[in-house]
Amino acid sequence: MATATAAKTQVSYRPRLADNERWLWRLMLAPAILYIVLLVGFPFLLSLYYSLSDVTVGSREMNFVGLKTFARIIENRTFWTALRNTLVITIVTQIFALFFANVLAMALSTDFRGKWFVRFLILLPWVAPISLGAIGWLWIYDSIYSVINWTGQALRILGPNDWPIWLGQPNLAMASIIIVQVWRIVPLATVIILAGLTSIPQDIHDAAQVDGAGFWRRLLQITFPLLLPITLVAVLFGVIFTFTDLIVVFVLTRGGPYDTTQVLASWAFFTGIQGGDLAGGAAVSLFLFPVLTAVAIVFLILARRAEVT
Amino acid sequence: MRIAAKAKRVAGTAGHAGVLVFFVTFLAFPFYWMLMTTFKTTIDLHDVSKNPFLFNEAPTLEHLKVLFEDTQYLQWLINTGAVGVAVVAITLVLAVPAGYALARMTGAWGQTLGIAIFLTYLVPPTILFIPFSRIIGALGLQDSLWSLVLVYPSFTVPFCTWLLMGFYKAIPRDLEDAAMIDGLSRLGAFVKVVTPISLAGLLTVIIFTFTLVTQEFVYGVTFITAASSYTVSVGVPTFLVRGDVYFWGSMMGACLIASVPIALIYNLFVDRFVAGFTVGAVK
Amino acid sequence: MATVEARRISKHFDDVRAVDGIDLIAKEGEFLVLLGPSGCGKTTLMRLIAGLEQPTAGDIVIDGKIVTDLPPRARNIAMVFQSYALYPHLTVERNISFPLRAVGMPKDEIRKKVDWAARMFGIQRFLDRKPRQLSGGERQRVALARAVVREPVVFLLDEPLSNLDAKLRNSARDELKQFQRELATTTIYVTHDQAEAMGLGDRIAVLNQGKVIQVGTPHDIYGRPMDTFVATFIGSPPMNLIEDDAHYIGFRPESFLPRGIEEGDDVATFPFRVTRVEYLGADHLIYGVLEGRSPEAHVISKLPNNIRVEIVAGRRYDFVVRRTDIARFDRASGRRIDNGR
Repeated sequence: MATATAAKTQVSYRPRLADNERWLWRLMLAPAILYIVLLVGFPFLLSLYYSLSDVTVGSREMNFVGLKTFARIIENRTFWTALRNTLVITIVTQIFALFFANVLAMALSTDFRGKWFVRFLILLPWVAPISLGAIGWLWIYDSIYSVINWTGQALRILGPNDWPIWLGQPNLAMASIIIVQVWRIVPLATVIILAGLTSIPQDIHDAAQVDGAGFWRRLLQITFPLLLPITLVAVLFGVIFTFTDLIVVFVLTRGGPYDTTQVLASWAFFTGIQGGDLAGGAAVSLFLFPVLTAVAIVFLILARRAEVT
Repeated sequence: MRIAAKAKRVAGTAGHAGVLVFFVTFLAFPFYWMLMTTFKTTIDLHDVSKNPFLFNEAPTLEHLKVLFEDTQYLQWLINTGAVGVAVVAITLVLAVPAGYALARMTGAWGQTLGIAIFLTYLVPPTILFIPFSRIIGALGLQDSLWSLVLVYPSFTVPFCTWLLMGFYKAIPRDLEDAAMIDGLSRLGAFVKVVTPISLAGLLTVIIFTFTLVTQEFVYGVTFITAASSYTVSVGVPTFLVRGDVYFWGSMMGACLIASVPIALIYNLFVDRFVAGFTVGAVK
Repeated sequence: MATVEARRISKHFDDVRAVDGIDLIAKEGEFLVLLGPSGCGKTTLMRLIAGLEQPTAGDIVIDGKIVTDLPPRARNIAMVFQSYALYPHLTVERNISFPLRAVGMPKDEIRKKVDWAARMFGIQRFLDRKPRQLSGGERQRVALARAVVREPVVFLLDEPLSNLDAKLRNSARDELKQFQRELATTTIYVTHDQAEAMGLGDRIAVLNQGKVIQVGTPHDIYGRPMDTFVATFIGSPPMNLIEDDAHYIGFRPESFLPRGIEEGDDVATFPFRVTRVEYLGADHLIYGVLEGRSPEAHVISKLPNNIRVEIVAGRRYDFVVRRTDIARFDRASGRRIDNGR
């Protein structure tokens, strides 16, 4: 009796690929992974190979030359300028960006009227195409019509004979570039830190208040330590985007005056693409890699720690 | 006693407002300046004796006219849009299944692979553009927008896969389990049950990908030299300069038009992007 | 030890009156429970006492001093949160010593106090661990230790037992009451669980919609409820309320017994048709309808199982209530109209 009813209600079942989970996952993952391997992994390896060869834009063949290209690159004074500039810009930018982002995130952590609009304005430097934002600054920094200079003179901060040429003098040019980098990193850092701030349960702040901690003690002993992982994430992204950046330098100074504001990325471009020396360009760009690896490792540690807790 | 408390509150609010004013000015001023410059006459722009914050002559649409009629700006906008749509399509096709698979894969593989994919996002175009220049040349795609369509997913796919992985993980498995009991296969459950729910996440990916495409500069300036094939991000800085003369009014207008609409849309989805950036460091 | 007083205290959030003109005093050393459903204002009232919210009107007075304008840290109070709010990045030892370090106490004094507090709750061996390595019950003790260590004049406890699993809750309740007796510190305790309130409180303040409906000892609250809200909120199952013209007649399920059992003379009799009998182990719950009333009056009787009597569903019985156990309430206002003795 039981088997008869069971047989009547049995649904026909044919195993299909769509059910086989192990293979389903592999198939769903495969295109993306293949794409990444082909379009990130392969060119990267190619970059390594180029740096060890003598390839140029026009050459038909590629000869392995070992470390000769690297040696040539290192002998060039501009390379060292570029390396130094890249480090300076990255570190100084991070310091300012972190400070600003923390202050701004705290100001944004409360609700107020018009918050949406304020957030929109604050995000503009990050969302707008970097090259276009840089062009905006190019006009602001203009050697004749700079609005900064006009305002400075109007407010009597600058004397009648002070007319800084923002992009023309080496140190000023570096400062100008750093300002623009800070300008575009702060929105991202702020938004990340704000996410961290809002994730601290209000109870913790209340408990600290009841326990007797004033504003500064709460900030330094409770808020900042709890924000540490997320601040680290903001720093890591900031470092990546600043250290590897080509666009700001390219648009503002083209690396000038006289190559004093070159960074590794821009120098790689001018050497490899404009100069035709692909091997040299590849070699220069590979110096970006150690910092990237360090950042990647820190990210991995963070992610591992997040899983464990 | 009450007065002291009130005074403290007022000072706090003033400080709060002060901080916001400072930052909004610093961050938004260049765009305000773009706005002013777009509509000021050239004479006004170049008159050093006048106050640059005022319209000393009546505002003009001249620069915008020049931008759209005498330059290839419109073509660049179209190019950027077309590349954007194509790259969004490719990214969705690649990242959506991958993100879902990673989210539902049991075992440690899923998380590890997800992080590995995310890390490839950190490999910057400034390392890859040299070998790419040669690959693109070898493929005959030099000066073609297809070169961008081919290469851009290399940075959109890693980040979007990671974003989607987090997003799918947040959708309870119960829904798919219920669907599978009701007769769907796992794949069927994904298509018919999960996808309609995840439209918000998909929209996020679309917006974010589009933003990345419009921002990209390095590959654009490396692969393309023909003016008619530029994207906006590349065309404006390189082409709107005739000799030593910068057409500032038109350039600023170009920047404004290409920045503000995207920023408006991006602002709606910020929280989701941030979730992707925070890499699980925030629980 | 100190008295805590809320004087005509109000807190409005836009249109919502979370706390609506409350006058309440917690006596020195007493364990006062704020009881009510969610949204009644009990947590808001506690936060006003703590100083975590500023009142719209009224004052908070602690130990005779008006503290309304003082920040939490100046009020000499301690609070245990429902989530315990332990600092996740600090060890247990540093969690407990945090309030002492915040006032700049010298190091050796801190160590002595921390040891004392840890020993009181039996958590000495956890001092070097982080909160995430502890169980729920252990975390709760750390929160209590942190509250105790400053020797405040008032303890505020916000549903500290609700995150423990049921088995643990009873023993934790017992320990909590004992330690409060030992320290004799004025304690204000918020809960929505009426059994917890009855078990712990020296006095209970029942709140609803931002107002205090009744304050009294558990005996007062249970035996002489002044309001239909209090009558039905306390007691499980709640008091039976029957419509009678402009009034409600109320009697508790355990007062509603078969005629043979209740042998007193001064009783009211009700014809009772039983619809269902539930066996709960220690009691029987008998559901049914009082006949001859419109609208239909559904009532419950609670019979302890040591009373052996056969009650069958579907049959009609005469059930009685002692007249002294009957309460009358005005239907419009809900307030009690006969003088509860």
